[in-house]
Amino acid sequence: MQFFGGSEISPSPPVPTASGNNAHMMYIFNRNGVCLLYREWNRPLRTLDSNQDHKLMFGLLFSLKSLTAKMDPSSTEKGNLGVPQLPGQGCSFHSFRTNTYKLSFMESPSGIKIILVTHPKASDLRESLKYIYNLYVEYVVKNPLYTPGTPIRSVENLIDFNFHYTIGPEASYSTQLLTNMCEVSDDLAQVSLLQHLVYNG
Amino acid sequence: MAPAVPRSGDAIFANVERVNAELFTLTYGAIVRQLLTDLEEVEEVNKQLDQMGYNIGIRLIDEFLAKSNVTRCVDFRETAEVIAKVGFKMFLGVTASVTNWDTEGTCCSLILDDNPLVDFVELPDTCQGLYYCNILSGVVRGALEMVSMKTEVTWVRDMLRGDDAFELQVKLLKQVPEEYPYKDDE
Repeated sequence: MQFFGGSEISPSPPVPTASGNNAHMMYIFNRNGVCLLYREWNRPLRTLDSNQDHKLMFGLLFSLKSLTAKMDPSSTEKGNLGVPQLPGQGCSFHSFRTNTYKLSFMESPSGIKIILVTHPKASDLRESLKYIYNLYVEYVVKNPLYTPGTPIRSVENLIDFNFHYTIGPEASYSTQLLTNMCEVSDDLAQVSLLQHLVYNG
Repeated sequence: MAPAVPRSGDAIFANVERVNAELFTLTYGAIVRQLLTDLEEVEEVNKQLDQMGYNIGIRLIDEFLAKSNVTRCVDFRETAEVIAKVGFKMFLGVTASVTNWDTEGTCCSLILDDNPLVDFVELPDTCQGLYYCNILSGVVRGALEMVSMKTEVTWVRDMLRGDDAFELQVKLLKQVPEEYPYKDDE
């Protein structure tokens, strides 16, 4: 699939350097297919406009999940292919790899899907995906100015994953960046505190 | 019987940020009082508390899933156990117990022995129809809706109204499977 980065000629992209970004792209979707966040760091080839790109990505994952659940040899009940799955049934894939990229996927039971496209030699990224999910919770979900289900846009919401990504992200750098960006006024801080109190107990 | 959850409520509770329980109780009390002053009608206040709880619940579910590492629940029984043992413990610091299952396994009661929201609270005669803790029913409903379960959550017994315990009835209406959201015109 020449949709994502990499050229057709060489069998694999150059080996990543020891430091610096190794992630090519990141997507976050919610259960309704809305792309909440899209970030790219290294994407030489773009064939569709961003809307269609997101739809294609979401559709791909939806179908793959459905397919992997139906082909599960250990599960006893299987509906027909295409029948929507109830939550809790079926297994889910977590990554696939081609000769030019590796796509890692994580879906929470609440439907938040996190996708990372990286160099094919990347190791299992499930821990990193969980880490991203935690960041999403801390800075997006807990932000009182963010409406759930809309793309993450404004400065207060911005999760700038400038994580210098070797195998694991640098936690301190990204949280520092975020704290600097979340300059809230006094009123907003109070609202946020109240929400935090009512919310956290 | 529900299998063991990966991280117990106690372990997570020890790790999350906590605030002073009295501050929390008094803040909640101030919210309810302000709602009563603004809306005046007890039914309206009940509805508003439920709506606030719903808005909290739809966000709270992500935090719960991120911090607690529970695997997907296989059925509603397991879901109720997880809410009572891990969820309540993580966010309120108290555990609840699950009882009164109906024959189909779609309706149960969560009994809270200890409810931090109602410390120091007494309902005056003018507010007799008030469900003081209605925010909790909204939270549970909102959270479950985000994991594809439509539920109806109501208070069956309320100590502030003279009963002997806090009993929350959670009834599963239906499970909504995920559907492909895009229309086929693209």
